[in-house]
Amino acid sequence: MAIEVRIPTILRNYTGGAKAVAAEGATLDELISNLESAHPGIKERLVDQGSLRRFVNVYLNDEDVRFLGGLGTPVSDGDTVTVLPAVAGG
Amino acid sequence: MLTIPQELVDKIVAHARADHPDEACGVIAGRDGVPERFVPMANAERSPTFYRFDSMEQLRVWREMDDRDEEPVVIYHSHTATEAYPSRTDISYASEPNAHYVLVSTRDEDEVEFRSYRILDGVVTEEEVRFVP
Repeated sequence: MAIEVRIPTILRNYTGGAKAVAAEGATLDELISNLESAHPGIKERLVDQGSLRRFVNVYLNDEDVRFLGGLGTPVSDGDTVTVLPAVAGG
Repeated sequence: MLTIPQELVDKIVAHARADHPDEACGVIAGRDGVPERFVPMANAERSPTFYRFDSMEQLRVWREMDDRDEEPVVIYHSHTATEAYPSRTDISYASEPNAHYVLVSTRDEDEVEFRSYRILDGVVTEEEVRFVP
């Protein structure tokens, strides 16, 4: 079993158009590195200088990982990780 | 071109007026590029110069759209002291390539500016808006 990662429209060029892909890891950080090996380039869109990009929301199941433990958040098989670009501006 | 029912335009403008002088924001969900369902969102920044959807509300609304096979056809927000044209931050954070970005300006009490744009890879293209009954 693996972890399902739901990909937003704007990042589907990295996943061959797939809305969801499977990845593995014990933490969000490992999961993103695993994602990067299968879909090169995607990590840079999510992570900047060792933390999550400010205008990308990442959710573990129903929680924003910012309120859990950021990239260190533990993940396990059967979890769903959802990526949504923040909707923001001035 | 954005074709939008007047009723939805009125709802967006009413939301922008109600939250003035802070910026108001939200989504019109729909299918096949047709705007149908008005979804006002909280501006988590509560600011006259910035807006950001609350992350938990956004997750709920995006899931709801997914379940209903909808998309964010329109993403709207207001400018409360400047014209209805995308700011530099609007352009750099625009992240829904298929959305019509609607800007409303409430700087004038009596007149409203309602304009629509595509924002793709940092490039802004204004488009015609057709109001329908």
